[in-house]
Amino acid sequence: MTVNHGSKRVVVGAHYGLRDWLSQRVTAVLMALFTLVLVVQVLMPGPMGYDRWAGIFAAQWMKVLTFAVFIALAWHAWVGMRDIWMDYVKPVGTRLALQVATLVWLVACTGWAVQVLWRL
Amino acid sequence: MRLLDAVKYRLPLAGIVSILHRASGLLMFVLLPFIVWLFDTSISSEISYETFAAAFVAGIGPLPGWLVKLVVLALIWAFLHHLIAGVRHVWMDATHSVSKVQGHQSAVFTLVSSVLLTVALGAKLFGLY
Repeated sequence: MTVNHGSKRVVVGAHYGLRDWLSQRVTAVLMALFTLVLVVQVLMPGPMGYDRWAGIFAAQWMKVLTFAVFIALAWHAWVGMRDIWMDYVKPVGTRLALQVATLVWLVACTGWAVQVLWRL
Repeated sequence: MRLLDAVKYRLPLAGIVSILHRASGLLMFVLLPFIVWLFDTSISSEISYETFAAAFVAGIGPLPGWLVKLVVLALIWAFLHHLIAGVRHVWMDATHSVSKVQGHQSAVFTLVSSVLLTVALGAKLFGLY
């Protein structure tokens, strides 16, 4: 077996960025489709108010889809924010602190949103 | 390269779309709790819906209603720009259309369409129609 660690580690052509690149697009497409589904329901004829707005999210399939979108959003924002910290924040300690804060921020917001969604 | 040297370079429109893609993403990330709050109040109950609706008129706590509208307008722009710039990326990946001309044209389309849609929705938000 070829050695791929330490000084022998392959640092190019190993597709280290492929997973982030792909996940960023998969999560984006899911969120774009969700936007389309939501816009179509909002633009249906009839006055918009609390009953209709809450009714859109009352359907089980919409809850499941919205839940998936929340997870996709958190994942997408994590990859994007991590890129920003890696580009502009060079000190390792500060960068780690910001990355941890980003994760806490995203997990907290996602938890709140999921709670709102499933108690309907 | 020093910053002074860097600013001598002209940033092409595709570059402006790129940095705005990043800025709009950061803005939505920072305001994420506000977005969840809007979702929470708008959907939890009829009473909370009143709070949601009142936020755009009477404001939230010390924040006046017009400021809430302005922040929501910024979020609308950020979402639209991020979405359209993102579709542009996926489209470029899928079709391998990465020529200078196409990059410029799609950058113009991204900036113009996101601003036009923002103006249209902003006019609705501020009750102009």
